[in-house]
Parts: sequence; C-alpha cells; structure tokens
Amino acid sequence: MSGALIFGLPVAVIVGLWLLARWERRRNPDPQRQSFVASNGWPVAIFVVVAVGFWALVMVVLPQLHMVDFSFHPKLPPAQRGGPRDVYTLENYQYFLFGSTRSTANWNVTHLNAFWLTIAVSMCITLLNFLICYPLAYFMAQVGSGSQVRKLMLLLIIPYWVNELLRAFAFNILFGTSGVLNTILLKIGILASPIDFIGRDIALYSGLTYAYLLIMMFPLYNALESLDHNQIEAARDLGAPWWHIHLNVVMPFAKPGIAAGCTLVFMLCAGALAAPLVLGGPKTLWFTPIVYDRFYQAFNWNQGSAYAIILLLTCMLFVMLVMRVFRVSLSEITR
Amino acid sequence: MSAATVRRLMMGFYFILFFGFLFGPLIVMGVTAFNTSQYPQVFPFEGFTLDWFGVLMADRNMVEGIRNSLVIGVLVVLLSVPLGLAGAIVMTRIYARARSLYYLVVVSPVLTPGVIIGISTVIFWRDVADSIGSESVYNGIFLATLGQSTFISAYCMLIFLSRLQRFDRSQQEAALDLGATHTQVFFHILLPFLKPAIFSAAVIAFLTSFENYNTTTFAILADKTLTTVLAGRVRQGTTPAISALAVLIVGVTLAGALLYEVLRRIEQRRDEARSRAAAMAERAELSGEAATVAA
Repeated sequence: MSGALIFGLPVAVIVGLWLLARWERRRNPDPQRQSFVASNGWPVAIFVVVAVGFWALVMVVLPQLHMVDFSFHPKLPPAQRGGPRDVYTLENYQYFLFGSTRSTANWNVTHLNAFWLTIAVSMCITLLNFLICYPLAYFMAQVGSGSQVRKLMLLLIIPYWVNELLRAFAFNILFGTSGVLNTILLKIGILASPIDFIGRDIALYSGLTYAYLLIMMFPLYNALESLDHNQIEAARDLGAPWWHIHLNVVMPFAKPGIAAGCTLVFMLCAGALAAPLVLGGPKTLWFTPIVYDRFYQAFNWNQGSAYAIILLLTCMLFVMLVMRVFRVSLSEITR
Repeated sequence: MSAATVRRLMMGFYFILFFGFLFGPLIVMGVTAFNTSQYPQVFPFEGFTLDWFGVLMADRNMVEGIRNSLVIGVLVVLLSVPLGLAGAIVMTRIYARARSLYYLVVVSPVLTPGVIIGISTVIFWRDVADSIGSESVYNGIFLATLGQSTFISAYCMLIFLSRLQRFDRSQQEAALDLGATHTQVFFHILLPFLKPAIFSAAVIAFLTSFENYNTTTFAILADKTLTTVLAGRVRQGTTPAISALAVLIVGVTLAGALLYEVLRRIEQRRDEARSRAAAMAERAELSGEAATVAA
C-alpha cells in the first residue's frame, strides 16, 4: 500500500506536468519550438531522459520518500515486516521528545538538549565564520592586485581539499591533554596544570569553525568580486564612513553570496559527524552522532530515520529562513 | 602614526591570524609524522624518522580501504558526470513551469546533510533488495557509489550549467543549416564546447568522493573505505601513523589540485588565444571585404 503511494506520487506529478505542457503547447502553438526529441536526436534524448529519470527519481526522491514512510513504522524483525503489527505509528518521534515509546511523563532531556545545542552552536559558528572570512574576501575581491589575489587563492585552495577527519585529528593533536597547546602553555609557565580543552568542547567548536571556513570564503568572494568598485568610491566621496559603506553598499550587494555561505556552513555544521566523533569529549552531545548511534548501537533503523528526518527538516527550515531574510532565490544560493 | 599605517598594520595582523589559523594545525600535524615520539607531538622533537609511513603501509585494512576508495571514486566519476550533463541539458530545455520544481529536486542533495543521503540510500536499497529477493544490490561499494553520486551529480550539473550559459546557440544552428543531424551537433559541437567543464567535473567528483565520510560511513555497510578506516583509527587513539597518512593524503591531493589548476590555466589561455585569433581573422576578413568594396 505505502509502496504504491511512494512510487505513484512522483510518477503522477511528472505525468501531470507533461500533460500540462502538451495542453499548453496545443493551445498556443509555437512553430519555432521543436519537441525535445526532435531537437536533440533520438539517442541523446533517450540518454538524457533515462539519466535524469534515474537520478531524480531513483536516487533523490524515492529514497527520501521511503525514509519518511519508514520512520513512521515500528521496529520489527524481518519476518514480521508487512504483517499485522506493521502499522503506522508516531512512536519513533515520540521517543525523541519523551525518551520512551509508552509514557509521555518525562522529556527526553539528553536528546532534546543535544538537538538545541547543535542548532544554536551551528548558528554561532556560521556567524563566526562569516566574520572571519569577510575581511579577506573583501580584500581579494576589491582591494588586492591581480597577482596578490592569485597567490592568496592558491593558499586557500591547498587546505580546502584536506579531509574533514584529518582536520579534526589535527585539532586533536593541538588540544589534547598532553597536546601541543598544553605542552607549550605549561612550559612557559602560564598554566600550572593542563586544561581539558576537549572535555570543555573548546576543541570541538574551534574544529568545526576551522572545518567549514573555506566553504564560507568562496561564495562570499564570488559575490563580492562582481561589485563595481565605483560604487564604493562614490559612497566614499559622498562622505560615508567605512562601516556605513560595508553595511549599506557592499553587504546588500553580496547578499546571495552571504546567503549561500551561511546555508552551506550551517548545513555542514549541523550535519557534522567526523568532528564530533573525534573531538567530542565524554559528555559532549552533538545531534549527528546520536543519529549514528540509533543505527549502529541501538540498531533501531526506524528510530534513526525519524531522527534523520528531524535533522533534515531543521536544515530545510534554516534554508527557507535564510531565503526569506535575505530575499534570495534557491538558484542564487546554489550558483 | 597615520590612519593609513594603522589600517595597514591591522590588516597585516588579521592576515597573519587568518593564515596562521588555516595552516597552523596542518603544519603541526605534519611535523608529528616525522617525530620518533610514540604520541603525536612537536615538542620535544625527539628525532627524525620515517618509520610511521612504514607502520601505515603494513596496515592491511588501510590498504584495502584505499583500494575501495579509488574504485568508488572512479565509479562515481563515471556515473555523476553523465548524470550531471543530462541534468544540465534538461535544465536548459525543460517546460518553464516545471523548471523550479525540477531544480529544487536535483539541487536539494547539495543542501542535505550527507548522513541523511547515506541513511536514505541504505534503507531504500535494503528494501528494494528484500522485495526483489536478490542481495546483489545491497552491496557496500554499489551503495556508496550511488549515495555519493546523488549529490556529486548536482555539483557536476552546476559546473555544466555555468559553462552552458556561455554557449553560443548560433554555432548549433550553423551546423544544422549545413546539414548536420541533431545527434552530430551533440557530439561535434556541444561536447567539445563542454570539454573543459567535463574535465573540471570529473576532477571535482573524484576528489569529493575520495574524501567523503558522512555519506560513505552509512552506505558502505560492512566494507571499508579509506575514510571509514581512518575514522576508526582516529577514534581508537592518536598515533603518529595517522599524521603520516595525513601527510601522504595532503601531498597527493595537493599534487592533484595543483595539476588541475595548471591544466585549467593552460586550457583557459588556449581558449583566450583561440578567441583572439578568431577575432583577428574576423577583423582581417572585414577589412579585406572593406578593401574590395572600396576598390
């Protein structure tokens, strides 16, 4: 039953749109416009339709819809799946809120706290990354000379491809109890005993900031680069102080780039798995490792799906919020 | 001190902080790979050694992981580049009212956390395998390839779209007027024009696949890739062998990224030279025509 719905829905949407297109073409025919097949030739048209159909349906839409469906089912042994006990239920979501599938007496404080903490910290890190990147992006886009910019770009591209796990590992070496930072601070006598950077989550937060710094940099630079420098000169000639110029001329212009950087950094931060695994202390709670544990420690995939959907909805909400606040479209964000 | 000097000093200070933050941790990690000390540390530097690289090569799981990562990387390139190309072609030709929905669907994987893509891929294909009664699709390498390609195809599509924006449709029309079939136009006009984009897309697809962890850790099932082995090692405890691996990976990606950058610049320069030559030829022809008209 649910299988038919999951397969049927996208197909119905596609057929509907196709019929609408045919109907509209019949109503106002445009002799200039050829059909898709005629304008590409048979072999190419078949390749394109099959490829896009496979990607959009089998790889993107159907797995996501199936995951939504799956999250509303209870965990059952394979033999009982599809049997009488396999009914729609909210128990997986209930568990996220109350920590139990039966009682609603107590809140699931551990998971809820981890969830809010993840969102709040991700937002702070997004803002911090923007503040760190903005001056350099502005310098490269508007102030620096051609050869300076090329050199800086090269310096930025090199660390861009370093793996997320290795970045986290580097911070582990820096911040460990007998790590580089503690050794130095002890040796020069600033500290009497080592600080537990990892247990206090300092390592995690700086590791996350570090990991997604360049994700913010490139969209920001691309947006700032297309700003006509004369606009800044004009504002300066008219007597605007420097912070006025940035707030009222440069940033409004760079809105799509800021929005793109912010959505990407937030999404990566909230969905980060490597950094919390490597840099998280014994008491650290980040939401993604909890999702991971639903799968590989609790072995409750249905519950894990529900948690994954909660994370997905949060990210979708954030993207929509950013689009609304900055008044930009999706295509501007992903450019 | 004048205001300009102060500003320059502040800018210099910011640059030092920024690049110190960017490279400091990587340099520290690099140094620990060559220190004899059992625990990865910089001070005291007990002695120079290359032993940690040997320890690494003796690690069977690691070597197997690297092999799987390479296989998946190649498969992802073979899958996502054509998918991205097809996606970009549809984007330029799709019925206008469906365009935003279509764009939303194919670009959404870029904005979806990687773990979710991995999870949905695994659940979906497990149940597909159950319902067709064949375990052959429930295979780590196959699922990792599919899961990664879901969003890497979108990267490729965005690369193709930005190149297609500069496509001159009159070339296509000229070829059609000269009697070429639509299929010939695709292979002789469009594909050669997209060649630099295909190259970029392939490199980026491979690098992204090779270093992906979030999607892979779910989709790989019982198999291992470099990143999943690495994650296990890093969690078990810190040894300088991981630093040695980092030095190797950074070295290889660095060489790859630099090579890519150099090749791209050569291509760019060749493009510029070509368009300059074409412009000159056109000008020469025009002045030739003008001369004939004048005569």
